Amino acid sequence: MKFLPLVWANLTRHKRRSVLTTLSVALALFLFASLRSVVTTLRASAEVGSESRMIVQSAKAIVFFLPMSYRERLLAVPGVKAVTWADWFGGVYQDPKNFFASFAADAESYLDIYRSDFTLPADQRAAFVKERTACIVGQHLLDKYGWHLGQNVTLQGTIFQGDWTFTIRGVYHATNPSFSEDALMFHYEVIYEKYPNWVQPGWYVLELKDPSLAQQVAATIDSEFKNSSDPTKTGTERAFNAGFVTMWGNVSFLMDSIGMAVVFAILLVAANSMMLSARERTNEVGVLKTIGFGDRLLFGLVMAEAGGIALVGAALGLGAATVLYPAIHFSAMGFLPGFSVAPATLALGVGIAVALALASGLVPAVSAARLSAVQALRHVE
Amino acid sequence: MALVVLRNLSKHFQRDSQPITVFDELNLEFAEGSFTALMGPSGSGKSTLLNMVAGLDRPTSGTVTVGDAEVSAMSPGQLADWRSRHVGFVFQSYNLLPVLTAYQNIELPLLLTRLSKAERHEHVLTVLGVVGLADRAEHYPRQLSGGQEQRVAIARAIVSDPTIILLDEPTGQLDAKSAAEILELLQRLNREFHKTILMVTHDPHAAQAAGRTLHLDKGVLTA
Repeated sequence: MKFLPLVWANLTRHKRRSVLTTLSVALALFLFASLRSVVTTLRASAEVGSESRMIVQSAKAIVFFLPMSYRERLLAVPGVKAVTWADWFGGVYQDPKNFFASFAADAESYLDIYRSDFTLPADQRAAFVKERTACIVGQHLLDKYGWHLGQNVTLQGTIFQGDWTFTIRGVYHATNPSFSEDALMFHYEVIYEKYPNWVQPGWYVLELKDPSLAQQVAATIDSEFKNSSDPTKTGTERAFNAGFVTMWGNVSFLMDSIGMAVVFAILLVAANSMMLSARERTNEVGVLKTIGFGDRLLFGLVMAEAGGIALVGAALGLGAATVLYPAIHFSAMGFLPGFSVAPATLALGVGIAVALALASGLVPAVSAARLSAVQALRHVE
Repeated sequence: MALVVLRNLSKHFQRDSQPITVFDELNLEFAEGSFTALMGPSGSGKSTLLNMVAGLDRPTSGTVTVGDAEVSAMSPGQLADWRSRHVGFVFQSYNLLPVLTAYQNIELPLLLTRLSKAERHEHVLTVLGVVGLADRAEHYPRQLSGGQEQRVAIARAIVSDPTIILLDEPTGQLDAKSAAEILELLQRLNREFHKTILMVTHDPHAAQAAGRTLHLDKGVLTA
């Protein structure tokens, strides 16, 4: 502890350089934590999908509709307790950049099946169900655009062209962290009436009587529609979510690669800064050695400087990522609900900071320790 | 009684494949409580000799003994520890750490001891008083004159009460008035505090302040 003033004095010798180096480390670890959190949030959302719900989609691709007539047939499959369906709407609000999850669903059955994932006051639910042009929105989406109950919201359709106006009759709160509060849901009938010969359910959601029946139910459904013009692909909601993750390609590899590249670039900056700083003080190393500072102590002092920069940078970068995203309810327009920096990511970030400190401090620290006092005292910048 | 004993001291090195002999079988003693000036032209080996007594440089052969310690036989780690307790070194260009105050510069050698913060504080204030800079404790080197900087450097050299004080051209960068003040201070340390002092200098006036003057030329004592 008694050497801390010396370490601090050296760190603040070139304040601007130290601050910039620390901020570059902070930025690198902020980016690392952010990119890695995309991966962990995607994985988490796949893992928390319900095992007692199943998704039935077109075997051709998710963008193809399934016939409305499937509803009754799905409901008749042994093990199926309830059926609902939905369509991706993909509207934007006022400006293309105001994009969020919006979809049409069979209101009552959808709210019933997802009753455990969010809360919606009974009066609001009743008002929504009763009114054909009503919609419900997540609390975060409502706050984001400053909407209020009863307000008319007009979306511009990107798939279903034209302006679509809905009245907000309900605001839901997610009770499941992976259930997005950045979504708007309205009645399926609205688009069905406008495009009766085209629109059909985009996917069906089944509630099972018993999760252990999932495999059997999936096999039954897919074999039943196998030879039809609209074959199905059935899986648990968790598998469906995981499928979305894989649709992003090898996101994990990409994010990790970018994150590590950023960290490596910053490592070079930090190492260069540390070496420059140590080189400027070669003469002082000679003075300290003459006073009696041993090689190990000097090694430790230089490493402490590198450690200080790396760890303060890590605290700032990782701290900012940890605090910022929940504070602004970041969810990437609803595609990454529950986005947050996982403890494992924080631990990895701290590990990277320690490695950064070791890698950037090692060369100047070893140089300081190995330099002879006489050589150091002769050094002239 | 001899405090520093150099026996058969030789120092050779190579410069651009040319063999250079600094000393060859040099024998020399410095008494405890003495104040010796070591004079000689540039390249005569004065600073090398000072560095060997401080354990900063090693002889090619021969021994350097300070008190009971054979300095020339110590490992680097032992030397660092020994220097922190027994050697106070003053440089021509002061060599204060610019990021530390006068107080913090003087405290540096004490950080290597087991003294408490309060004890270190007491020691630093004492030597600041001895060198007449009690009111400059919180000043940074850039806020001090050359003479004041050198007095801080001397305070740093004596704060741990070393066995010997070694000075390499301590007045080389000072004006006449500041140089005289430094020499007076050194005489006081020798006279009142019985410090053993070995000072390398080019300046005959500075040498006069010492009780004994030795002349070194090409590694050989000439007087």
